[in-house]
Amino acid sequence: MTSYLIKNARVLGGEPQDLRLRDGVIAEIGTGLTPAEADETVIEADGLIALPGLVDLHTHLREPGREDAETVLTGTRAAAKGGFTAVHAMANTFPVADTAGVVEQVWRLGRESGYCDVQPVGAVTVGLGGKQLAELGAMADSAAGVRVFSDDGKCVDDAVIMRRALEYVKAFGGVIAQHAQEPRLTEGAQMNEGTVSGELGLAGWPAVAEESIIARDVLLAAHVGSRLHVCHLSTAGSVEIIRWAKSKGWDVTAEVTPHHLLLTDELVRSYDPVYKVNPPLRTEADVLALREALADGTIDAVATDHAPHPSEDKDCEWAAAAMGMVGLETALSVVQRTMVDTGLMTWADVAERMSFKPAAIGGLAGHGRPVSVDEPANLVLVDPAYRGKVNPDAFATRSRNTPYLGLELPGRVVATFLRGRATVLDGELA
Amino acid sequence: MNRHLTSTADLTRDDALLILDTAEEMAQVSTRAVKKLPTLRGRTVVNLFFEDSTRTRTSFEVAEKRLSADVINFSAKGSSVSKGESLKDTALTLQAMGADAVVIRHGASGAPARLAQSDWLHGSVVNAGDGTHEHPTQALLDAFTMRRHLSPTGGSTGGSGSRGRDLAGRRITIVGDVLHSRVARSNVRLLHTLGAQVTLVAPPTLMPFGVESWPCEVSYDFDAALPKSDAVMMLRVQRERMNAAFFPTQREYSRRYGLDAARAAMLPEHAIVMHPGPMVRGMEIASEIADSARSTIVEQVANGVSVRMAVLYLLLGGSESAINGPAAPASTAAPTTTSAGTIEEHAK
Repeated sequence: MTSYLIKNARVLGGEPQDLRLRDGVIAEIGTGLTPAEADETVIEADGLIALPGLVDLHTHLREPGREDAETVLTGTRAAAKGGFTAVHAMANTFPVADTAGVVEQVWRLGRESGYCDVQPVGAVTVGLGGKQLAELGAMADSAAGVRVFSDDGKCVDDAVIMRRALEYVKAFGGVIAQHAQEPRLTEGAQMNEGTVSGELGLAGWPAVAEESIIARDVLLAAHVGSRLHVCHLSTAGSVEIIRWAKSKGWDVTAEVTPHHLLLTDELVRSYDPVYKVNPPLRTEADVLALREALADGTIDAVATDHAPHPSEDKDCEWAAAAMGMVGLETALSVVQRTMVDTGLMTWADVAERMSFKPAAIGGLAGHGRPVSVDEPANLVLVDPAYRGKVNPDAFATRSRNTPYLGLELPGRVVATFLRGRATVLDGELA
Repeated sequence: MNRHLTSTADLTRDDALLILDTAEEMAQVSTRAVKKLPTLRGRTVVNLFFEDSTRTRTSFEVAEKRLSADVINFSAKGSSVSKGESLKDTALTLQAMGADAVVIRHGASGAPARLAQSDWLHGSVVNAGDGTHEHPTQALLDAFTMRRHLSPTGGSTGGSGSRGRDLAGRRITIVGDVLHSRVARSNVRLLHTLGAQVTLVAPPTLMPFGVESWPCEVSYDFDAALPKSDAVMMLRVQRERMNAAFFPTQREYSRRYGLDAARAAMLPEHAIVMHPGPMVRGMEIASEIADSARSTIVEQVANGVSVRMAVLYLLLGGSESAINGPAAPASTAAPTTTSAGTIEEHAK
């Protein structure tokens, strides 16, 4: 196996150091290290930031069923280019990942891809139907070792089903990741309910539809003493509820997507469905509240909600378009722009929110580890000085539904290492 | 050159007056024995209707034929939502056939804007009603009708005397299902541009979210608005709305927001009663009022032809400065939001 000597990388944004990666682990950290073996590859990393490999709690890899949008292979290649070494694959595939068979299939495809570890998420209910619990234990006991369960795309809106799911997964250390969306309040919803939706004549998706479910769920989690994770927080009100729940000491975590940290519903005025996403883009006040909450730790993690769609599902009128945006390959740049370059967070904070915390929430043993000797060599090297316009033609994902086309974003993933093996070098797939 | 009419928000006061004045010219044509102009001879206009609307389609068709355009009616009922041909493929087909203008009615808000901004077709796009968004030619014909009755310069020639005038200071009350009304949205924008004072009246459940930021007054009290109205425009209210709890019963709606004889008596002498049709008689408007002397409902239909002739003439053959291109609506973005809708950096 090739070993690497990374010269002068700023680990978590600190002083420049050298790192030797050998046999899948970080073998040595110091200054003035020299190549120890003839076949050791030296990487000059002056000016680059070294972070632990990023971990995504929320990725749609679409396989099985929608291989026209993404496959495990193309999705994990996109993940590697984005600096990720592990992703959680959401369960809303065809068939739904609600059995041990399907989650093992996805897990195996991830292993074969070799670009990024794939940790399948299991569905909470059969077929995401919200009526009957899926065999959560069987998925937990499978080779995939599922620990995160979610009906993402659908809300577990039945309070009794949600309560039972929260209780049941305690037996094997699982967590329910809720897509908070009260269904009756969002029938036919097309965008954030606000001034813009009123003017555009598009049916509104009100903030209260998210907040009322989160409020109920944190109370349920507290009542039964379970762990709750809330997907893609999008409103200032949701932040307040999570902050309150945490102040009570309840075991609640939350994530935010990069797009909810940057974009607002003003973009919908174009009627371009590339901005159609669920939960919808909200207002500037919501964006600022989400940034503040991510900075102060109320929100634990950034998760991409990478949602690839084929072009025909976006090349149409707004109402007919699918909801979702690709995000794996732009996530770190958006976080740099919204959180680091604004002074709200340090690179060490980025490591916390995009690696350590999501790995802990997902229960991933080999990821989100400190950058220190004998730890798995899951690393990403970032050039924070880089500035470039987003070019979807250069994406590794199979889909092109990015809201950032042509937008200049900072930062570039120069290299990604998965257990000491380069998946990305010089910004290209290795 | 890509020129469209997708929203009344794109029309300046001068644009709107040019259309209304041109429509007065067109109205003259309609009084002749031979009701036809050669203006659009050899030009192809497609009426692309994804929703049934005999009323609007017929009005456009008459307007197009009076301008001597080649008219194609393309009924595409059932949009891509219901597995028909997609909007894109339909547009590509029309482009290949050489459509100079596409008049589109679609159930999805924003479909005409999407068509106008795409490179799927190059002809002019005229919005003939999109979802719950806009119906610009309806608002123009409403303004045309109001102007004839409310802003004449004293001439006895009916409408032609109102040429060049706007609706400054006129008080227009629009009543009904504003939430689901594209007519209301187009009218509020256009009438405001023309200087009128608009009051929207509806039960709170049928008001759009954020309506308080619109350039109009909002009231839940119809009776209070009536004596101050130069024109009252009744909007259709579908009976099915009560099943979604927008109001309890049809009777209660009619009692609180219907225009009956007692309410009509509260209007000033000169005030007119309007309705874009189709009416639900007995629901939002009593038959005796719809058929009364102050009702302009039938006249609105006739004016619709003149206004649509004017719009097509100006888009396809007329003055270069008539109607703006598909410029983005006036930005209401907050100071720290760029026009791209992304939030700028701000240090803590």
